[in-house]
Parts: sequence; C-alpha cells; structure tokens
Amino acid sequence: MLLIKNGRVLDPSSRTDAALDVLLDGDRIAQVAPGITAPGAEVLDASGLIVAPGFMDLHCHLREPGEDYKETIETGTRAAARGGFTAVCCMPNTKPVNDSASVTRGILERAAAGASVRVWPIGAASLGSKGEALAEIAAMKSAGIVAVSDDGRPIASAKLLRQVMDYCNSLGLPVIDHCEDASLSAGGVMREGPTSVRMGLRGIPACAESIAVARGVQIAALTGGHFHVAHLSCRESLDHVRAAKASGLRVTCEVTPHHFTLTDEHITNYDTRLKMNPPLASRADRDALIAGLADGSVDCIATDHAPHDSASKDVEFDKAPFGITGFETALALALGKLVHTNKLSLLRMVELFTTGPAGILGIARTVSAGATADLTLFSTGHAWTFRAADSASKSRNTPFDGAAFTGGPMATIVAGKIVWKR
Amino acid sequence: MSCRFHHLLGIEPLTREEISFILEQSRPFQEIQRHPLKKLATLRGKTVALAFFESSTRTRISFGTAASRLGADSMNLQAESSSLRKGESLIDTVKTLDAMKPDCIVMRHTSSGSPHFVQQHLQIPVINAGDGTHEHPTQALLDALTILDRKGRLDHLNVTIVGDILHSRVARSNIQLLGKFGARFTLCGPAMWLPRELETLAPLGSSIRRVSNIEDAVRDADIVMVLRVQQERLHEPALPLEEYILLYQLTPERLRLAPSDAIVMHPGPMIRGLEIDPAVADCPQSCVLEQVTNGLAVRMALLFLLIGGPHDESKEALHAAD
Amino acid sequence: MRVVEKSQLMAAAEIDRTLSRLAHEIVERNSGTAGLSLVGIRRRGVPLSERLARAILAMDGSVIPVGILDITLYRDDLSLVAPQPVVHSSDIPFSVDGQVLVLVDDVLYTGRTVRAAMNGLFDLGRPKRIELCVLIDRGHRELPIEATFVGRHVQTSDTEIIEVRLAEIDHEERVMLVERVS
Repeated sequence: MLLIKNGRVLDPSSRTDAALDVLLDGDRIAQVAPGITAPGAEVLDASGLIVAPGFMDLHCHLREPGEDYKETIETGTRAAARGGFTAVCCMPNTKPVNDSASVTRGILERAAAGASVRVWPIGAASLGSKGEALAEIAAMKSAGIVAVSDDGRPIASAKLLRQVMDYCNSLGLPVIDHCEDASLSAGGVMREGPTSVRMGLRGIPACAESIAVARGVQIAALTGGHFHVAHLSCRESLDHVRAAKASGLRVTCEVTPHHFTLTDEHITNYDTRLKMNPPLASRADRDALIAGLADGSVDCIATDHAPHDSASKDVEFDKAPFGITGFETALALALGKLVHTNKLSLLRMVELFTTGPAGILGIARTVSAGATADLTLFSTGHAWTFRAADSASKSRNTPFDGAAFTGGPMATIVAGKIVWKR
Repeated sequence: MSCRFHHLLGIEPLTREEISFILEQSRPFQEIQRHPLKKLATLRGKTVALAFFESSTRTRISFGTAASRLGADSMNLQAESSSLRKGESLIDTVKTLDAMKPDCIVMRHTSSGSPHFVQQHLQIPVINAGDGTHEHPTQALLDALTILDRKGRLDHLNVTIVGDILHSRVARSNIQLLGKFGARFTLCGPAMWLPRELETLAPLGSSIRRVSNIEDAVRDADIVMVLRVQQERLHEPALPLEEYILLYQLTPERLRLAPSDAIVMHPGPMIRGLEIDPAVADCPQSCVLEQVTNGLAVRMALLFLLIGGPHDESKEALHAAD
Repeated sequence: MRVVEKSQLMAAAEIDRTLSRLAHEIVERNSGTAGLSLVGIRRRGVPLSERLARAILAMDGSVIPVGILDITLYRDDLSLVAPQPVVHSSDIPFSVDGQVLVLVDDVLYTGRTVRAAMNGLFDLGRPKRIELCVLIDRGHRELPIEATFVGRHVQTSDTEIIEVRLAEIDHEERVMLVERVS
C-alpha cells in the first residue's frame, strides 16, 4: 500500500481541485479523501505538490527494434518516467516497421522486461509504411496496438487514407496522420519564411501541413472515422480542426511543447538541435497554438520524443535527421509557457496531459477510488535546470540543454509503484 | 583598424568599417597584379587548404592563385575526389585536412551553414567560398571593390539584380554588403524565384523592391547585376530557357533603358546568349573581367589578413625598431 | 612598452642641413641627375624622399621622380610586427628598369627593412643600380647591407631606440635617443 499525503489533487474528470490524500492498494486507487491514515502503508509526502492522474504521451519514438543506438524501450521509458509520464504511445517507424502482430508483440515483450512506464504501441497503417497495401491492422489490434499511423511519413494518398479510416473505424481505432504534402515539402529543412530565405535553407510552407489536414478532415467526414492530427504546428491547420469539430466530426489534434515554445526565429547558427518535422513555425502560429490549447481546439500535448545519436545530428543542417527529444522537458515547458503566463489554467494543463490523450484512446484517466493507480506528482514552484548530460535518454538532441525551469515532475507512479522520484 | 574577425563566414556579421577596411587592404594587392613579378614571399611557409565540396573552377583557381602569389602552398580537395564519393562525412574530411596542419581552410559546399558547422570543430580560420544558397562573401567583396573603382563610392546606389534570386548566394551577400551602405535594391526575375520574404533581407537603411519586368527594373539603375541561370540547383521543374531569355535576358535594348553610366556585373561563369547578350557582356559598361582581377586582389588581402599574422593570437606584439 | 627620452640628437635646423648635404652627395656621386629616382620607404622615408627631391630641384633645376614603397608584404618578420599586420599601397609611377634608384629611409638598423625593400623593387623590374640614403645609421647590422649616404652615425645599445619625428607625420621635427623601460 502506498499513501500519498498532503498533496493537492487535480482531477479533470471529476473537476476536483482539493487538498486530498490518495491511498493506493496494489495497482488500484483504494481511497481519495482528506486526512487518510493507513498503518503499514509506505508514505510519500506530497506537500506542496500537485497529484494528478498519470500523464500520457500520445506520440513518441522509442527506436526499438532496430535503432537501439539512439534509444531503447528501457532508456526511453526511463526518460518518460523522469518526465512524469506513466504511459507512452510509440510510433511504428522502427526497423522493422511495426506493421504486424509479431513486431507488436516483440515490442510489448521488451516493455514487459524492462520498461519503467506503460508502453502502448501504435501500429503502421500500411505495410512497411510504404503507402501501398494495408498493414495487418486487426491482427495488431489483438496484439495490443492503440492507434494506427504511418508517422515518420504522411499516409501516402487520399485513397489509402480513406481505406485506412474506414477499416479502423470498424475496429474502433483512431488514425493518426503526420500531415504533410510531400510535393510541397520536398527538400525542405525548416519553415519557409524570412528566416529560411535569409539563411539560404530550403523552406517547407505552412500549407504543406494544412493541405494534408484539410484532406484528413474531409475523409473523416466521408467515413465517419476518428482522424487525429499528429504534431499540429500552424494556425491554418488549427482552423481546419476547429471547423471540423464545430461540424461534429471526430477530428482531434496534438501539439508538441517545442511548437508552443519556439519559433523559426530561434534557429540561429544552423543548430541542428532545432531541426524537426514539422519545423518550428512563425510567432503567429505559436500564439495560435497556445490559444487553441486553451480553448479546447487542441486536445492534448504530445512530445514527439525523437532521439538521435550525436553522430547523426552533428552534421550540416541539410543532412541532419529531423527530431528532438522531449520527455523530460515537456511538463516544465507547459508550466512555463502556458500556466505561469496565465494562458491557461493548471487544471486545463493537466487535462492536456491526461484526459485529453485518454479520450482519444477511449480510456479513462482519473484520481478516484477503483481507478488505475497511475499518478503524476509535480511541483509548480521549484527552480531547476535541465541538463542534457543527465538525461535518461541515450540521446542528447535537445535545444533545452541548460534551460532554467520553475516547476516540473517530482514523482511518477505506475500501477501503484513509484517508478521515479526526484 | 585591425582585423577583429578570425573567420569569414559571411557578410552579414561584418560592419561597414570592417568591409571598408578589407577593401582598402585589397588595393595594394590590386597593384601587385600589375607588377611583372607577381610572386611574393609574404605567406611563405603557410598552407591554405582549399576544400571545394561543390564543383568550382573559377573560385578555386582564384583562391589557389591568391595563395600562391603570396608565397603560400595550397592543399587541394575537389568535389570529384574519391573520399567524398566513398561517403566520408564533411566533418571527417575537414578534420583529416586539419590534421595536416594548414593555416586556414577555404571551403565551398552545397549545404547552407556548412562553414558555420565546420568552424565549430576547427581552430584555424575558415573562409566561406560559397555555402549552398546562403552567402558568397568574397564575391560580394570583389563586386564592391569593382563598384568602388567604377563609381567612386558605395553609398546609396541603385542596384538591380536579375535572375534566380531565391537560390543565389551571390545576391544575398551583395544585398548584405551594399545594403549596409544604404543601397536601394530592385530584384527582378521569375515570380517563383522572387518570394516576398526577400524584402525582409534588406539591412537597416536600405530598401528592396521586387519587380517582374526587366525593363522597369533597369531604369534608374547605377548597377545591373546579372545572375547565372543555375540549372544544377533546381528541385522544382525548370523554367524553359526560351522563356527566361524572352523575359529576362539583358540585351543592349534593355540596357539602354538604364542610365548611360550604369555598369553591368556578372559573378560568372556567363552563358552568352542566355542571361546576357554577348554584345552587353563585351560592352564598355561591362565589368566582368575587372571583377575577376579584383577577385584575386580581395582574396589575397583576406589571406594576408587572416593568416599573415602570428599563429597564436596571444603572442604579444614586439616593437619593430627598424 | 614604455620609453624614456635620453637625449635629443638633432633639432629641426640640423635635420634640414643634413638633408641638404645628402642631396648634394646624391647628385655628386651620380654625376648629375640623369636616370635617377628616389624611392621613400614607408613611413618616414616618404617625406624624407620628397624633401630630398625638392632640395635637388632647388640646386639643380631637375625634377627627380619620387616613388613610395610599402614593404609589409616583403618583411621576413610579419608575425612579430603586430597581432594584425596591415598593408598599404606602394606607388612607384615610373619604370625601374635601367634606373638608378635611391632608397630613402629614416633609420638604418638591422638591415632587414632594406632587404625587404630591395625585394620589392626587384619585383618591379631590373634597376641599374640601387643606392641607400638614410638619415641615421645606428649600427647593429644583421645582414651585409651598408648605406651609400648617411646623415649621421649614432652608436646605440640594444635597449635604445632612435625616434625620428618629422613635421609631415608627427607635427614636430627632431631626432631623439630613447631607452626602452620595462
């Protein structure tokens, strides 16, 4: 038994914001009440801390199988735990691609053997994510995938997207699309704009994303399926999502911490730690994303944690692979850029990490008796500095090395066990 | 004023004063080109590494000659070289060169920002001889020296640049340099190579306007810079050459719309009959050959400034009592 | 580096008389001014060469071509000169082929400047003869070089420096012996 005392419980599902103790028994929450006494229970003093349902990351890359030198399920989930995440959804662009039940099972076995947090695989939409034939989606569902995506790439054609959405609709799986029109983005390495022109770098126009989002929205209308926009980065895309929701379509989206924090203007000196896809956008886009996070047009925050080894990233900007890590800085960035600046409430922020992603996967996330004992404890006040060298991830490709934060994760509890504590 | 910079990665970070200083230091080297004996011993014993990862004949020969006329030796890496074909990374290639202890490295590469990247890994000065579509600082400097000789000044000139501006590092460097002297730029070319964002490149005190019609663009120009049509750099479907010639070739008729004392410049190599009419290339208003000669002077000046002094900048100056 | 003045070697009047004498010697030794040119070594050799040309014009009526030579690019000790050496233009607007060139400098010391100057002149062509005219010869030669015309010989030690101040550059006229103090 684990008794979490003196914390402030913030539970979006029940709209609770109160000083409450939480008693965990095995992998369930036994009781949530003020002043609980539980003789014999291990006590975790949560004074000054928020006690929230366990955070979920809907989008990350664990690189295993096939690219263990960048990350493994073990190291990635350890980093996730340090970020306060109790569950992570890993994208299928591994080697081999997770397009069959056997690869899915392999991932879950590795997770059972050494993961610090829950690993929920996302299966490929097409075989090899090549965009030609459908992957073994039903078989993967039995094996345990929670959603379908060809992330790394967009779903190759409108026709394929329609087939996938029809199929997944019947299976009850959301379709997550990395929205990108490849003909517009070809060769591009950063957002097209004054900065790309000045730096002589080929740009990706914002409409490369929004055109694909518009495509997805209309296919969602056609099929009635659930279309989720991965790492949405620009205001035109957000406008499409907002309009879709207003018409009652099952369209959802996520935004990464780096997209609500940084802009293309931050890319100075060709630093590849600022190169990712979709690229950092304009200030107007960033501000629109923050407004969307506040008003509910954006359903959740997802990290798109994309580790790369130094040798890969330490090259000319053009040649560097896209991606930055993100587990360990996500919460601190959300607190700093969204809550401390009064753009949205603490409760709304917790939603974006809990009920938001949970709703997309059709599961519950709550701090109440009988619920799963997955909890995230964090502070909103303590000062700390993030150092890439101390990260639990194998990779160091983050632009936030040396960043000073106020507030951050303090303890992560999965199935009633403390998997990480500061 | 002494040379406070250790590298030459671009024009953008330089001040007016630094640019003027480099141009002024280029004058003695212009003069040397007129001597019967052009070989000096000034940089004897020093080695200049020429790392040209992108094909170039003119710039490489220019830097090589500059080094050799100053008495320096050069190490030559060319794009066709086998180690690059074998997949060696940029940083390994550069570190291999560095292990042979050159005094500086002159590099040209297809990736914008690659000299910035290389410079982080080396102690020796890095001179950018062209990085992707970003900058070509020595070109802008030799263009400025040519303009200074022909026009007597750099301030507040009307500069028209014609061609594929979006992909031109020559255009960017020239905009940075002449912009610092208050130039008024008219950029002219096919619309897909002339995006609106180019107008944000203008340094403070200068202005940029985009014009799609070459006749309008050359009116009032003090300088008409004609860019090469870069067939090797196109990701996009190429514009048919006949279209380009029809709309943008600098012909004698079009040049006549400019003031009679306007000068015509071209970074080379020219394709006579494509972007420039042969009659214009050879007319008295054309400066293309002076640009080449000045290129040698500017590059000699830069090598002298960057590696003429002591290796170790912490050495104290000794008073020369002669 | 700090210096302290030890003595004044020449005042304005003495500089003037010395230059006048040197001008006579140059013309006498060369039996006239035919084929004669002066080349002043930057910096202070330049005003000295101009004054010599004026003196020769006054005594002889002949206009002697005067050139300016910057020796920065010909030095053997560039890295010792300054953290950042700076080069200036030479300006020798006449052919040196077959000419008698009189190199003019303020102080002759180790001889390295003159060696560099001669290298510079040979890059321009093939002079018939090179002669050297200096205001002060302070000894301590490191190369086998001698001046043809000397204003004054001055014995110096290694720590001493001869400072020549000329109106055109320094706005005063005198030659001083100074000592380096650490």
